[in-house]
Amino acid sequence: MRLPVLNKSAGACSKSPRPAHPGMTRRSFLRRGAVATGGLAALAASLSPLRDLDGTDSFSVQKFLQKHYKEMSPEEMEGALDRIRSEVERRYEVRPEIRDIKAMDGVEFVYALNLSRCIGCRKCVHACVAENNQSRDPEIQYIRVLEMPRGSIDIEDGNHHYDRPTVPAEGHYYMPIQCHQCANPPCVKVCPVEATWQEPDGITVIDYDWCIGCRYCEAACPYWARRFNFSKPSLPKDELNPEMSYLSNRPRQRGVMEKCHFCLHRTRQGRMPACLEICPTGARKFGNVLDPESEVSQILKSKRVFVLKAEVGTLPRFFYYFDERDPFSQMTPIPAGTEGGS
Amino acid sequence: MREYARFLWRCWRLSFHGDWKYLTWMFLLTVISLIGLNAYAKQLVYGLSTTGMTDHVSWGLYIANFTFLVGVAAAAVMLVIPVYVYKKHELHDLVILGELLAVAAIIMCLLFVMVDLGRPERFHHLLLRFNFPISMLTWDVVVLNGYLLLNLHICGYLVYCAYRNRRPTKKFYIPFVFVAIVWAISIHTVTAFLYSGLGGRPFWNSAVIAPRFIASAFAAGPAIIILTLQVIRAMTTYPVADKAIQLLRGIVTVALSINMFLLGSEVFTEFYTGAAHSVSARYLFFGLHGHNALVPWIWTAVALNMAALIVLCTPAARRLWVLNLACVAMIVGIWIEKGMGLIVPAFVPSPLGEIVEYTPTWNEILVGLGIWAFGILLYTIFVRITIPVLQGRLTIDVRYPTGKQQHTNKDAGRPATA
Repeated sequence: MRLPVLNKSAGACSKSPRPAHPGMTRRSFLRRGAVATGGLAALAASLSPLRDLDGTDSFSVQKFLQKHYKEMSPEEMEGALDRIRSEVERRYEVRPEIRDIKAMDGVEFVYALNLSRCIGCRKCVHACVAENNQSRDPEIQYIRVLEMPRGSIDIEDGNHHYDRPTVPAEGHYYMPIQCHQCANPPCVKVCPVEATWQEPDGITVIDYDWCIGCRYCEAACPYWARRFNFSKPSLPKDELNPEMSYLSNRPRQRGVMEKCHFCLHRTRQGRMPACLEICPTGARKFGNVLDPESEVSQILKSKRVFVLKAEVGTLPRFFYYFDERDPFSQMTPIPAGTEGGS
Repeated sequence: MREYARFLWRCWRLSFHGDWKYLTWMFLLTVISLIGLNAYAKQLVYGLSTTGMTDHVSWGLYIANFTFLVGVAAAAVMLVIPVYVYKKHELHDLVILGELLAVAAIIMCLLFVMVDLGRPERFHHLLLRFNFPISMLTWDVVVLNGYLLLNLHICGYLVYCAYRNRRPTKKFYIPFVFVAIVWAISIHTVTAFLYSGLGGRPFWNSAVIAPRFIASAFAAGPAIIILTLQVIRAMTTYPVADKAIQLLRGIVTVALSINMFLLGSEVFTEFYTGAAHSVSARYLFFGLHGHNALVPWIWTAVALNMAALIVLCTPAARRLWVLNLACVAMIVGIWIEKGMGLIVPAFVPSPLGEIVEYTPTWNEILVGLGIWAFGILLYTIFVRITIPVLQGRLTIDVRYPTGKQQHTNKDAGRPATA
């Protein structure tokens, strides 16, 4: 039906010296060329900032094809670790000790924090940054210490930015807050790509190579425990902690989430978290809640512990308590009144 | 198949042709889109620190616009329902214009999500480990892309049939139309659940968010369609009946009143109980400890919406210029209320009670403007192609617009001079 039309124009072409396409004159050809060239030049100009893309964080086929943590075979994990090793070495001139340290059987980690002892010195905050290779500028901190006025347990009364020559201040107590490693973690639920999950020992971890940076988990967390790398993390070479693991403190990239992981590269090998080790008052207690003899098990049994924001139903593994022993555990039971009503 | 490729090629060619107004408009939109692309290139290099977002306010302008545009996309059904459910067939062709608006809006939504990602090059991870049905964000990915495909199919099929001078076969599009009606509600409900499902954000954790989203979408969306239809009427030879616009006016009036009612219920519950949960609302409406960046915005929104509602309820709104004024007021009002007024205050104060305010940076604003310009550019092209096809001036048999014919047919982009 349409073919004759085409043939006609082809025929016209063979007979006449005019340009082949009836719509195409030299002038319109030049004009179209100019428009197309101008358009491409404008496109190139608008993309020109990409020339400054960071070479150390650029696209590579190996990174692009790397599988999700849970899908990697041991060999593939070794390949990924090798890549990370050479990347760290190139950037920090230090050969890191990086491994993929797995959770131990029969272990569920729990933290207990003695609010009677904490003096708000913030040593834990900085020990954490040094241990976990966070960005120094802007500094990313996993622990936030609130200075609370006595008589209140409402965190909205807390002062985040207290700056005193000495601590503790009269009439105040201190409440450090970090990831609560919830048993019902809202951050894990919302992640669209399963880049964050709960490990068998209760630690919620992130695969930094899988996170797409949508920050939904950051919006979901009721404890403000998650941090995003808005810019490229900056970490001086001499401050790098070379002892690292895949799911914890290896250097992060721009555009991914990170958070407290109970120093799993230490705690899964029988050591204590950095924040606990540095604490000068012994306010921090950490251990395996499945072991009835552990200190945390004893604390959970004998102290009046509480969790933050119990009403949001996240079931934290981070408990707070004050120092008094639970008086009821010492008492002889007396008969209770009968249930009221008629 | 070859015929279809030829159709697409002719559409592509056609989008570069038009009168000077059309070309200037397209040039302007292209320039703004490219400025936005430039700003996004900077963001790719330096990270999201080029935006005003922080660990405290971790979603901002991008997600606000995303939320608003999902509503615009959902509102396309407000043209579909009268036609296919209540059989007002004189509006039939307008449905295509409404659904094309939905297509453009969804593309803008997807772009706003993409620019919000810290690692956009890992987008394929969604395909490899899709946390469905646990994460509401995966639901959103499913319903938004599904809605895009549905509308592309319906519009594409109807327009291509018109191009081939065929009668569309009902079973190839009517079932999809009805699915799309339900689907439109779902895209906005799921987007609302994205927020209301977070127990740690009391400001969002409210059952009224989803109904409020739907109501405000069915007000702002048709308001945009009212304005768009008049632009199309003025700039092309396409006859848009006043009846269509007056029908939309009714829809807008009802939807806006429902929206104001739901907003009122929300405000009452927040403030009358005076519980700790109302801090974000207090920040939004009155400011908190001297921080009041959003206060002027939300009161502007409330004033604009109230004014629009009052005007719409009077007979004066039958006059087009009054209606247009009300529509503009309402679109701006709802954009503020649902964008910045809903996204930002949920982050202030932070879950630990810290107050950090949010102001978008210029780079962020330019990226946003670029996406809007690109979306409007797409919609302009859609309309540019669809109208001559629907009018039978661009069909398989009509060579258009090449050679000498170009001069006579070029008037498609110009108001009829009669």
